[in-house]
Amino acid sequence: MENARQYFGDGLPYQNLNELKGKLIAIEGTDGVGRSTHIEMLQEWLEVQGYGVVTTGWTRSNLMSKTIEMAKQGNILDRWSFSLLYATDFADRLEHQIIPALRSGFIVLADRYIYTAFARDFVRSGDRTWIRDVLGFAVIPDLVCYLRIDVDTLALRVIETKGMNFWESGMDLRLGGDLYDSFKKYQGLLIEEFDKMAEEFTFEVVDARKPPEEIQEALRLKIEPLLKNGRAQLAPAGTGSPVKESATAPPAS
Amino acid sequence: MTPPLVTFNQPHPFPGKLIIVEGIDGSGKSTQVLLLQKWLTSKGYNVFFTEWNSSELVRETTRRGKKNKSLTPTTFSLLHATDFANRLYYDILPPLKAGMVVLADRYAYTAFARDAVRGVSPPWVRKLYGFAIRPDMAFYFKVPIEVAINRLLGGMRAQFKYYEAGMDMGLSQDMTESFRIFQARILLEYDKIVSEYGLITMDATKEIEEQQNDMRQLVSTALEHYKPKRGTHGKRETVFWRRFAVPKSE
Repeated sequence: MENARQYFGDGLPYQNLNELKGKLIAIEGTDGVGRSTHIEMLQEWLEVQGYGVVTTGWTRSNLMSKTIEMAKQGNILDRWSFSLLYATDFADRLEHQIIPALRSGFIVLADRYIYTAFARDFVRSGDRTWIRDVLGFAVIPDLVCYLRIDVDTLALRVIETKGMNFWESGMDLRLGGDLYDSFKKYQGLLIEEFDKMAEEFTFEVVDARKPPEEIQEALRLKIEPLLKNGRAQLAPAGTGSPVKESATAPPAS
Repeated sequence: MTPPLVTFNQPHPFPGKLIIVEGIDGSGKSTQVLLLQKWLTSKGYNVFFTEWNSSELVRETTRRGKKNKSLTPTTFSLLHATDFANRLYYDILPPLKAGMVVLADRYAYTAFARDAVRGVSPPWVRKLYGFAIRPDMAFYFKVPIEVAINRLLGGMRAQFKYYEAGMDMGLSQDMTESFRIFQARILLEYDKIVSEYGLITMDATKEIEEQQNDMRQLVSTALEHYKPKRGTHGKRETVFWRRFAVPKSE
């Protein structure tokens, strides 16, 4: 049974969604929760089974990645510019990577999706309406897996691995006196909002405090039903990238 | 952290005044707003000026997108909204809050008209600009398409700009013809916007000084109860605060 694909809000009048036969799977969760590691493992797992896989990640568009990098290094942006830069990046990837890949029958693994933008904008503004309107052109994913973690475990994990950075600590918001306090408050607010959205948009919640192999197993269990439904229509692996643009995109990691 | 009290649907609460001009390329709106600025400055007002699509951010990114032919109607629209947000925050809000006069050459209405013609959903683009400040006065310089073409070809510029002519839309290989088709569609959108948002329509076929006199009359009535505020130091007319740098296109 194939449900009709839908836009989140006001869609793209010039794009037809009817022929998007691939599957769109979004992996959501806050910074440092292990999304990219699991996406890499999922890609491997799916390709071994013969499915064509395309991955796409936040700020990885050809159009915007440099601009966003520079903007982050420079002045602190206002809320609207901040969210609009990410929205532009997302639109570019949606139209040049995600939609063409789905049209060719690939499984698209998205490292973050519009819900990350919703959480970040809400934490900065207290307003949910505007950003949801802006990202109304997004295609609703077939599945959203939410890697859920508590902020204490997250803080320890981030310190042990890559360390805390300015943006992941929400330092532009000045929520705490130092990086650590700010990180805890900022990530706490993001997780709170993700939890609310998990109910509102029926995310599949995966406990990200567990060992990596258990998390991976849980993710595969959530994804499997989707594959059985659409197996016949999916493209075989090894047919290459469906779009030229993604050939130059950095690998998912 | 507090929700914005300012929305596009209601008058802004700031002591300054925001006056904007709209119209297609060749309508003469930029000339008119320049003359208005001269007049206001000579009257002792502290005036700031900002124009559409003027941040480096959009110029550089648009250039990159144009080179790869990768801009879609939606990314085109979002890039301009980003530019607008940035200018609103750095160039428009501070002087308005400080009680000064801000003049804008094109405003959100330009996006409502153009982006709809390029193919995005009209309700979407209106919501996109939901954070914009409603201007105190909005002038629309209405001109027939042929008059605009003659002005542009016979005037100082003597050529069309790529995006103004809608060359990215593949309407015609001939730039003049493409401009005619594209801008004619924009004129239709402007007509809807004028009634939707109550823009003041100016007859842009009149002589320059005649239009300017009409405009000054309307502005001076609107500013009757406005108490100008000004600093004691020298003034800068455009860039208010430093903006972030952007990468140069490869």
